Amino acid sequence: MIRLSRGQWAGVALLLLLALFALGVPQVVPGDPTRQSLSNALLPPGGPFLFGTDPFGRDMLLRLAAAVRLSLGIALLTTALAGVIGVALGVLAGACGGWVDRALCGVADTLLALPGLLLVLLLVAIAPGRFWPLYLGVSLVLWVEYFRMTRAAALRIAASPAVEASRLLGFGPFYRFRRHYWPELAPITLTVGAFGSATSVMSVAALGFVNVGVRPPTPELGQMMIELMPYYNEAPLILAQPILVVVLLVLALNLIAGGKTQ
Amino acid sequence: MIRPILHRVAQALLVALMVGVLTFALMRSLPGDMAWRVAAGRYGYDITDAAVMEQVRQSLALDQPAALALLSWFGDLLRLDLGVSLISELPVVDEIAHQLGASVTLALTALLLSVLLGPPLGVLAGLRPGGGLDRALFALSITLRALPQFVIGLLLIYGLAIVFGLLPASGHGEAGHVVLPALTLAIGLAAVSCRVARDATVAVTTSGYYRFGETKGLRPLDNFLRHGLRNIAVPIVTYLGVQLVYLIEGVVVVETLFAWPGIGHALVHAILARDVPMIQGTALVMGLMFVLLNAGVDVMCGALDPRRRTS
Repeated sequence: MIRLSRGQWAGVALLLLLALFALGVPQVVPGDPTRQSLSNALLPPGGPFLFGTDPFGRDMLLRLAAAVRLSLGIALLTTALAGVIGVALGVLAGACGGWVDRALCGVADTLLALPGLLLVLLLVAIAPGRFWPLYLGVSLVLWVEYFRMTRAAALRIAASPAVEASRLLGFGPFYRFRRHYWPELAPITLTVGAFGSATSVMSVAALGFVNVGVRPPTPELGQMMIELMPYYNEAPLILAQPILVVVLLVLALNLIAGGKTQ
Repeated sequence: MIRPILHRVAQALLVALMVGVLTFALMRSLPGDMAWRVAAGRYGYDITDAAVMEQVRQSLALDQPAALALLSWFGDLLRLDLGVSLISELPVVDEIAHQLGASVTLALTALLLSVLLGPPLGVLAGLRPGGGLDRALFALSITLRALPQFVIGLLLIYGLAIVFGLLPASGHGEAGHVVLPALTLAIGLAAVSCRVARDATVAVTTSGYYRFGETKGLRPLDNFLRHGLRNIAVPIVTYLGVQLVYLIEGVVVVETLFAWPGIGHALVHAILARDVPMIQGTALVMGLMFVLLNAGVDVMCGALDPRRRTS
């Protein structure tokens, strides 16, 4: 159904490697990523701690793995939620037309009136340090893109003779969705989903970076950067780790989405 | 020309509505007695007594049902009465008046730099698709797009401010201070706009009317200036509208990173301090800045492409 290009396969491989790292590390190296040990502060990579330690003597290997789990978990949850809602409403708007279409487009336009990160920031302000505003905010931002792309495709598909024939033959809406809509929507959903996951990873990191995201001591990539930034001179290799991981995550997701301009 | 303006006015109203509803929810979700929290924040814990609390309760309509309170909240918003900052006790409007200039300077400098960096390179690459510059630019653009703004900023600080010591790493006041934050935003914007410019150039130079210009004997430069440039500019400017989201989001992050005293910086601080009137004011002004910049892009599109004016 979906044929992946070479670049997309590279993205999938990179993402799998990162997921393996995130899930595998706690199995191999048991320990607590939030456990401090001040006598072991800022150890360089190698030695007893493979990736070194941060200024509080916390194991960077465990912290990075936990942070990648958090980032990917939030990305997966928000894109899945936004995808299901966005695709369902997009098909509904495209296939029904009329006032349903106008109402749903109105909702989408309302959300687009404000830049996404502002909306997430306002929600985070309501309940700082909690997870639900993050999930809700990022999903609210992401579903609009699914909705707009799916709606545009659904409008075209709904007008096709194949769908009309299906309807006249008496097939129900679910059959029509599975047989006519989904095969064309699947590649769009994949692209939008991968872009959306990248947006989610970057938003969560950006919030952590400006200190309003996930609360410490939970390891989070953006927050790790801001914590390590003052030590750029003593421990550049430690500071480079969370930066590299964010870049690899976003790169993998962008590759899956496809190298073209949106 | 009327329809796009009406569209942007509607968008501005929607921004005000969304920011209003969300900050109202924020106000109502403060734990404990809101009147006491606000009064203590405004007048200090020592002199807050029942009478002061009652006064705050009256003035903020906290004793009324939520629907009525929401209406009076919007009444204040319409009169541009954004209230008083809970922290500095200065009117929010005055605080924002200070910061708006800094943010607008940053955003416009970043836009200008990105227009100078991205499209010219993209056009050069598009004139020889598949050439060395095209492939190098493609790889660079893919890499840069995988870098979040704060990473670009960190790398620039490390490279230009720490290793070479060319520019100040953060601060505000001298002309040099704006370069790094603006460059951070501009590089992210240019990474996308150079691809748009490249694709537009390829589309224009392979089109029939461009070929006809060559055939009728125009010199390559004349042909490009007369028939190419404006047609290439239309998609670039249109895409600027999409990029404005990236710009406004970037302003929040980049201002915080570079300690740039603008609205994004103020918004983050207000969220940390739970200063509700400041959150409302800064979010509102940033949203309106987004709408205004979008309107600017609309006007530029109309000026570049006469077909839009008639349809």
